[in-house]
Amino acid sequence: MNIVRALKCRECGHEYEIQPTHVCEFCFGPLEVVYDYEKLDGYFTRELIESRPQNMWRYKELLPIDGEPSVGAQNGFTPLVRAKNLEKALGVSELYIKNDSVCYPTLSFKDRVVSVALSKAVEFGFKTVACASTGNLAGSVAANAAAAGLESYVFIPHDLEQGKVLGAGIFGTKIIGIKGKYDDVNRLCSEVAGKYGWAFVNVNVRPFYAEGSKSLGYEMMEQLGWKAPKHVVVPMASGSLCTKVHKSIKEFIKLGLIEDNGTAVYGAQATGCSPIAKSVKDGTDLIHPVIADTIAKSLAIGNPADGFYANRVINETGGWAEDVSDQEVIDAMKLLAETEGIFAETAGGVTLGCAKKMIESGKLPRDESIVLCITGNGLKTQEAVVDAIDKPRIIDANLKDFDELAAADGFDAAA
Amino acid sequence: MKLRVYLTFDEATVREPIIWKLAKEFDVVTNIRTAEVKDHMGLVGLEIDGDDAVVEAATQWLSDQGVTVAPIEQDVIEG
Ligand SMILES: Cc1ncc(COP(=O)(O)O)c(C=O)c1O
Ligand SMILES: [Zn+2]
Repeated sequence: MNIVRALKCRECGHEYEIQPTHVCEFCFGPLEVVYDYEKLDGYFTRELIESRPQNMWRYKELLPIDGEPSVGAQNGFTPLVRAKNLEKALGVSELYIKNDSVCYPTLSFKDRVVSVALSKAVEFGFKTVACASTGNLAGSVAANAAAAGLESYVFIPHDLEQGKVLGAGIFGTKIIGIKGKYDDVNRLCSEVAGKYGWAFVNVNVRPFYAEGSKSLGYEMMEQLGWKAPKHVVVPMASGSLCTKVHKSIKEFIKLGLIEDNGTAVYGAQATGCSPIAKSVKDGTDLIHPVIADTIAKSLAIGNPADGFYANRVINETGGWAEDVSDQEVIDAMKLLAETEGIFAETAGGVTLGCAKKMIESGKLPRDESIVLCITGNGLKTQEAVVDAIDKPRIIDANLKDFDELAAADGFDAAA
Repeated sequence: MKLRVYLTFDEATVREPIIWKLAKEFDVVTNIRTAEVKDHMGLVGLEIDGDDAVVEAATQWLSDQGVTVAPIEQDVIEG
């Protein structure tokens, strides 16, 4: 059943037919996909959803494609982990991790947005897809496009580290490095998107792309036993994921799939790039663009397109926003790995670091359910923690040396 | 090419008739779609229509005047 109604301007409310476009012709406001939810009455039940394969498309009626997905059909349905050890470390009673660090196939939540964007691009008849990215998005577009037989272009700043280039290059995508100041590189990407007949995932098909993030929220609620948490902490770059997790909760309430639990949404940023968190703390809805300077590269968006809307979600739900230093990011990455065996990228360190800070400041209560959205994998940002882990202890290849070492660790070999 | 941009004016530029000057200096058609002045800051959503090279030069000129020129998508380079 297809319940997609239109694209609607978030500013002036003007509606447009479904097409590959993203801003309002009248006021330049961003367009969002809107649905006729009544059509799902009595049809879209928990039982129907549970009867479907465990991937993000079990909620396909709430994702903006017409038919079956042609890209990323297996993506999503990552684990929701009850974090008992981390609960003890933080002094809270009910904590979960939505672990998108193992999202299929490229180990970040971007696989969700990209599979919706590319499936929609195929429906629109595009043969070439593109994005501008410094990491996760590039890899996801490249991999999912390869699997779907689409041609892809990835635009990057020319001086991007080799490792990041590799993460997209291996999939045979066409990588274009652009020289120049950040603003000029950024503007060129927007111009290319406007000029070539491609599906630029985060430009002309952004309204569809962004909807993919809702699937993280749907899964979280189903995995909690058809319940929304009292509190959910989300890392913010453009702010889109934050708004879409909130939208997912409102939709499930509207559809009668869960009860309204009064969920509060919290945003997490790195101090070196925290325009949205700053606006929340300053009590304003004005987002002042910044020049990003943080090790959390995946969140380094200084002029965030959805900042205003993320700010609004946080305020309306009674949440809060926090930011953490690079050192706090590293400490939190280690804490998550050592307590729960989850190696998250820097964005995960930002999320946990901010949650910890908000627990300590009382913004997050200790006795109510909290979900942390961990959105990317630590193997992608190894440089951040390489100096923070213990070096191996080196011994000669004889048992005596090891016995001594083991004895020092409190092990008795005689037994 | 029809370029759609957000221009941010700061205290120094907010009172200058920069968009008028732009249309005099360059063979472009300008069309203001949204405008707001807040916190000593001006924000204008502008369409600039003309030959590619002229539009390019016009945006460069705007930057040179101290105006921040961003695409209406704001930051499109994602992590
Ligand atoms: C790992 C990771 N987490 C979170 C985000 C935040 O995404 P959004 O732009 O939706 O705020 C990104 C975006 O690039 C990301 O790569
Ligand atoms: Zn509008």
